[in-house]
Amino acid sequence: MHVPDGFLDATTSTGTAAVAAAGVALALRGSRHELDERTAPMAGLTAVFVFAVQMMNFPVAFGTSGHLMGGALAAVLVGPWTAVLCLTVVLLVQALVFADGGLTALGTNVTLLGLVAIGVGYGVFRGLRAVLPATRTGLLASAGVGAFLSVPAAALVFVGLFGLGGVADVALGPVTAAMVGVHLLIGLGEAVITVAVLGAVLTVRPDLVRGGRHLLRARELAPRPGLAGATAVDAR
Amino acid sequence: MTRTRTFVLIGTVLALLIAGVGSWYASSAPDGLEATAEEQGFGSTARDSAAADSPLADYTASWIGDDRLSGGLAGVIGVLLVLALTSVLVLLVRRRPASDDSVPDDSAPRADARQH
Repeated sequence: MHVPDGFLDATTSTGTAAVAAAGVALALRGSRHELDERTAPMAGLTAVFVFAVQMMNFPVAFGTSGHLMGGALAAVLVGPWTAVLCLTVVLLVQALVFADGGLTALGTNVTLLGLVAIGVGYGVFRGLRAVLPATRTGLLASAGVGAFLSVPAAALVFVGLFGLGGVADVALGPVTAAMVGVHLLIGLGEAVITVAVLGAVLTVRPDLVRGGRHLLRARELAPRPGLAGATAVDAR
Repeated sequence: MTRTRTFVLIGTVLALLIAGVGSWYASSAPDGLEATAEEQGFGSTARDSAAADSPLADYTASWIGDDRLSGGLAGVIGVLLVLALTSVLVLLVRRRPASDDSVPDDSAPRADARQH
């Protein structure tokens, strides 16, 4: 869902650029506490993986395609603030080097695919993780639902921006229905890819899934109560 | 931790393969937003980006004749660029002294995003 130049007027694009800049500034501060010895090496990998998989458009209905947005996946892997930085780098390279997504629309794209997708995807993930069983399945289900909802959420916010400052004079109702409809389908793909990738990482190196560290902590607490305190502190 | 380095290396090679080889098999149908824009009659308001003349615009290495090679090389260059930029950014963020000023809570960005 890379927004090209021209869809939104200058005022709206300036507004989203300001929102994006504020979000990235917050992320620069917040990520400092996420980038520990395990998350730091994962940040680069998460960014390149999102970039690569975003190139893999998959077909959805009616001669339309979609691709992973990757916000929820990145947030569960490296934490939400670091995820904002990863997505911002990906979107910056896409806009500047590959002309994928407009230049004046860069703030819009960082807002939609970065802030909104990560905010909704990670928010839903955290909410579900708190109520679902603290198991691998619970974790994957939380991430899958978060990923699924993040896509139509970003689509809805685009429609909101389009209502505020869309250049074309078209009825908003049908635009909303079309955008949400197709992005619900794309969201299914988002959920499948997110769950598959997280499942693979959990199998090989569960300690590298930042959003799943509570599973390891629970496991470590049981047999070695003496080390539990130190482990919990290290993991932060 | 060497094992983490190995994991990251293997993951990066996988990303290079996806971007360099796998992307050839990606669907070229318009994406959700493009399709909606065309169908709802605002597709024509899209303007070419100022970066449209980039030698790598549209994931095509314009100096290479072979389509498959050209797209693959563009993907590989993209992966390396993203890796370099993210690594530098992470280094800079980690180098700043962690003077503990109002640590944002892990769940804060969701409140942030909902305002918009």
